[in-house]
Amino acid sequence: MRDLYARFGGGLATIFLSLVLIWLAAMVLAPNLMMIDYALRPNLPPAQIGSEADTWSLDNFTYLANEAVHRAIFFKTIWASALVAALTLVVCYPIAFWMAQRATPGQLSIALMLVIIPFFINEVLRTLAWFIILAYRGPLNAVLQGIGLIDAPIRWQGDGGVLAGMVYAYILFMLLPIYNAIESLDRSQLEAARDLGSPTWRTHWRVVIPHAKAGIATGCVFTFMLAAGSYVAPALLGSPGSRWFTEIIYNWFFEGGDWNRGAAYALTLLVLCLAVVLVTLRLFRVNLTDVAK
Amino acid sequence: MTADRIFRGLFVLYLLAFVIYLFAPLMIMSVAAFNTSRFPTVIPWQGTTMEWFSAMWADAAMWRALWTSAIVAVLVVVVALPVGTAAALVLTTLHSRARSVAYAVMVSPLLTPGVVIGISTLILWRQVGVGGGIALIVVAQTTFIICYVMLMVMARLQRFDRTQEEAALGLGASRVMVFRRVLLPFLRPALLASGGLAILQSVENYNTTLFVRGFETPLTVFIATKVRTGLTPAVNALALVIIAATIIGAIAWEIARRRQVTARPRS
Repeated sequence: MRDLYARFGGGLATIFLSLVLIWLAAMVLAPNLMMIDYALRPNLPPAQIGSEADTWSLDNFTYLANEAVHRAIFFKTIWASALVAALTLVVCYPIAFWMAQRATPGQLSIALMLVIIPFFINEVLRTLAWFIILAYRGPLNAVLQGIGLIDAPIRWQGDGGVLAGMVYAYILFMLLPIYNAIESLDRSQLEAARDLGSPTWRTHWRVVIPHAKAGIATGCVFTFMLAAGSYVAPALLGSPGSRWFTEIIYNWFFEGGDWNRGAAYALTLLVLCLAVVLVTLRLFRVNLTDVAK
Repeated sequence: MTADRIFRGLFVLYLLAFVIYLFAPLMIMSVAAFNTSRFPTVIPWQGTTMEWFSAMWADAAMWRALWTSAIVAVLVVVVALPVGTAAALVLTTLHSRARSVAYAVMVSPLLTPGVVIGISTLILWRQVGVGGGIALIVVAQTTFIICYVMLMVMARLQRFDRTQEEAALGLGASRVMVFRRVLLPFLRPALLASGGLAILQSVENYNTTLFVRGFETPLTVFIATKVRTGLTPAVNALALVIIAATIIGAIAWEIARRRQVTARPRS
């Protein structure tokens, strides 16, 4: 603090500090505290707010725990998001390795551009693209029928569609951290492993992956969080049978009209995401500073 | 050796499949904009037409949505750039102990699901009687976009030589002048880049915006609503325009960056 004033002088330092404090207090901390307060209170008509009935309780959370459908959707959202992270990892790892260790500088700059361009285009449009591909009378079914793999069109909309759309949407968040991590691996280590007779898979398992674990953890954490908190992919690519937890939250706010219960659900989602982030970082022994590069 | 060659061949195939996977959806979506069919698709091809482009052009709701998104994006940049820069400066000047705590708090919006940011903002501002609308969209979006600005400015600050500041001070410049004439010009590329990123993030945001939009309809909400209520290839025409604009923008950006690098070979 003293350093800040010494460096920028009283006027500037005060401006900087107040900007940052306003941001943290009014936009980061206060909304979350208010959300906790909401989550702990019952949903009451305006006349009763502040009355005896308006006390803190865990009712909204126990409601979620006891409502079988919502609970099931909550757990499905967790494991499906983990599945999205795992699938994205499998798809991206070979590409990241190739870009970091095998590609020539020319190939690399083309590859980086090819990878980044689709991600400048917004998530809603990318999801729309999958909506068109996966449509019942859409191109995917037509192609599969054309080459004789399936006899009748498949209804892709639902869990499968949501997974496909999400893996596609979050590739970059997985690819770039892993690429960055593998890039710093000294190529002579790969050669040494090979000279010592290690088969390719073992070189990856024992040399590359341990070296890239920070990048892998970062990619997985971000992908999981984005997937669990996504609304657009399940809304566009899902079916009534494949609802996502965020859709339930949305309904509490704009259809059910119970903001308190909605806040409790949102808080549950937030705590879950933070827990996953912290546990993963702990398991991989990665520092928070390395995550947000 | 032959096993090696087979492996390599398979990998080239995989690379190829990956590129197709990346671009086929965008291609199909774009090509469908030219199909006469009322539902956007490429199979069956019912005839080539430009009518969807004129339909899109004539859609007043689309223009309103675009306008809303543009206003929001400008306001987001205006708020996020100064605050993000201030955050980066405060953080880099802090000492190590306080720094890691402050850092954790400051990047926490990035680790918060977008819907939760929207919800908590909506709840807080309802207490003071402010409902969803352009102002709340800006507040909710800047909450996390500030983090991106902060990280990009911090990355640039790491390469800043503090002796430049001391030299300017020694030559009699005031601290405000040092900031304006030494530090800000140095940060310029990072500020430009984060401004661009902030616009992109703002325009493309859906999850957060959805909760705080009130009765406003920004572009992403407009598109998503179309998909559910009556999708015609006019939306694809819009998508194609956006895709073309982004690709041209990305290329222009890259060219500008390279020119800057070659213009100042000694820096």
